[in-house]
Amino acid sequence: MTTPDPLTPVLTRRWGLPRSWSLETYEQHDGYAALRAALAAHPDQIIQLVKDSGLRGRGGAGFPTGMKWSFIPQGPDGAGAKPKYLVINADEGEPGTCKDIPTMMADPHSLIEGCIITSYAIRAHFCAIYVRGEALHCIRRVQGAVNEAYAKGYLGKNILGSGFDLDIVVHAGAGAYICGEETALLDSLEGRRGQPRLKPPFPATSGLYASPTVVNNVETIATVPAIVAGGSDWFRSMGTERSPGPKIYSISGHVERPGQYEAPLGVTLRQLLEMAGGMKDGVPLKFWTPGGSSTPLFTAEHLDVPLDFEGAAAAGSMLGTTAVMVFNETVSVPWAVMKWTEFYKHESCGKCTPCREGTYWLEHILHRMVAGQGTPEDVETMLDVCDNILGRAFCALGDGATSPITSGIEYFRQEFLDLCAAQSAVAQPEQLAELTGVSA
Amino acid sequence: MTLPEGTPETNSAAPAAPQELTWKPVVEEGPPASPMFDELTRQRTKEIIARYPQPRSALLPLLHLVQSVEGFVSQDGIRYCAEALELSTAEVAAVVTFYTMYKRSPCGQHLVSVCTNTLCAALGGDEIYRRLSEKLGVGHEETAGEPGSPGSITLEHAECLAACDLAPVVQVNYEYFDNQTTESATELVEALQRDEKPHPTRGAPLTDFRTAELELAGIHGDLEQSVEGPSAAKETLRGVQLAAECGWVAPSLPAEPPALPPLPEKK
Repeated sequence: MTTPDPLTPVLTRRWGLPRSWSLETYEQHDGYAALRAALAAHPDQIIQLVKDSGLRGRGGAGFPTGMKWSFIPQGPDGAGAKPKYLVINADEGEPGTCKDIPTMMADPHSLIEGCIITSYAIRAHFCAIYVRGEALHCIRRVQGAVNEAYAKGYLGKNILGSGFDLDIVVHAGAGAYICGEETALLDSLEGRRGQPRLKPPFPATSGLYASPTVVNNVETIATVPAIVAGGSDWFRSMGTERSPGPKIYSISGHVERPGQYEAPLGVTLRQLLEMAGGMKDGVPLKFWTPGGSSTPLFTAEHLDVPLDFEGAAAAGSMLGTTAVMVFNETVSVPWAVMKWTEFYKHESCGKCTPCREGTYWLEHILHRMVAGQGTPEDVETMLDVCDNILGRAFCALGDGATSPITSGIEYFRQEFLDLCAAQSAVAQPEQLAELTGVSA
Repeated sequence: MTLPEGTPETNSAAPAAPQELTWKPVVEEGPPASPMFDELTRQRTKEIIARYPQPRSALLPLLHLVQSVEGFVSQDGIRYCAEALELSTAEVAAVVTFYTMYKRSPCGQHLVSVCTNTLCAALGGDEIYRRLSEKLGVGHEETAGEPGSPGSITLEHAECLAACDLAPVVQVNYEYFDNQTTESATELVEALQRDEKPHPTRGAPLTDFRTAELELAGIHGDLEQSVEGPSAAKETLRGVQLAAECGWVAPSLPAEPPALPPLPEKK
């Protein structure tokens, strides 16, 4: 097998075309050919294809997509007899993440075609695309694409003469990060406060309106037409054995050329930085996130970590949404951590105590520390609070809130302690010495 | 410390028979239908509800619709949604107060949102927010000028607006203004105050907060016109461009989709 090129535009390959969002452009560049092939097959063959491709969810968790689809009960009895739903999570809001909005802006038909193929595979006749409310122009583009698809017979009754029916509704959110959590998204789509549900039961059996539901990220579903068009071997010719395929890496922050770079999974930050023109003005790298603020921070020592699901996890973080936020030496880690903690505190839905109370107190402590009024004990208190959130919260928001703090302290403990030392009086000098000794 | 008669354990004292109570709501319920919500709005309400398998799913879009009429969500707006969906006002109010985009006091003609999440803040977002706040003389979710009047502006600091490669970003009525500086953001706000409509970096020509809310309710005017605009920001296309310059491509797709895997055997 030959090594693929450093960048492999698949999802992004149409983005630079004139009026790339239009049906006309999409059809001129392979658009809706995959749908015809899919509709000619048995739905279970599509599920098998996606399983074989090894496609993993692009929304952060990396769950195998084909397996998720195969959990949908089929058949005339029990849960299988209920209507099935496809819900697209387009509530992009993880700090640093900016891949789904450009996808919907530049190439909404790839998402729509993916929705139709997926709905056919799981036997859904209603699909909702839950788009973040603040992304108004995306909503227009996606709605425009849906309208064009209806007019062309790709949506509605008896799609392309196949006998398959599908309706798609574009649904605007209302500004709640938590609705990116799939069960909170379902509650929100049902017209409720967006609070996560207890699992099990999982959405596969008891999702929207307590019916079998697949919830997938935009990038995941926009990849499906390419997999149908290219086959699983083609898809696996990019990326790694367990993390196959191309992935949009969103590079932001202190680099010369921030932007969207679609590379095979497993690319490293060193390679990405080179493509993005290096650090802005040559100021050295201090810390970065591999996939949004909920993934533990990395430092310059992680430049060669392969950015796939396994590589990021082995190095102590997560691949997340491949939102690569790059910060240079001028940025204070405690300050950055404080800003992220303000975010988690604001977005905590309040349903469970560890997250609601924990983020509240963490924010208070960090405000105090950054104002130069912290104590070395505060560092330990924060780690203790994080320990009481991680794994004890209702959903992953709580876990995510601890990531910047614990990783920030792990790699930059001294910087937190220096804030305390800056005070006129140190409350417990003997403890400060002890903690300083511990720091790596 | 005085104790009530009897102890909890023995509960010896017979409780007095509760007096007949008549519950009086503290706030008198207003008239059920607000004249604000005219026939057109009622017609749109029906359209929105009809999109969904279950009516309650229409609540978020209906609240956007209410904001397009009122410029915020009032008690009247809450009652309107409650009636339309046969919910209690408490159920609707619980939803309204959960979501950041539903405003509880009247908004200006424009809503200016400055991203102050970490990355934008590090690149100048905090400074932009501070400058605009000083200039307008208002804080978070406060309005400069008479709400709704031309040139009135509601300011807010926003969480990550998902345009980090274009940081720092500002939105006006949820349209993106990318790569802002304190100067450009100040000029933007000054133009809005003069009742001008600067064109967003990406997106449709600027309207106002209420029109944007109508679109968020899924009621689009001339969508064929409003979808126009650039496909992507130039920054967004950097990866695509670099690939083109270097001749990097994904492995080529076959001319025809390859055969699908055989039907899995039933277990």
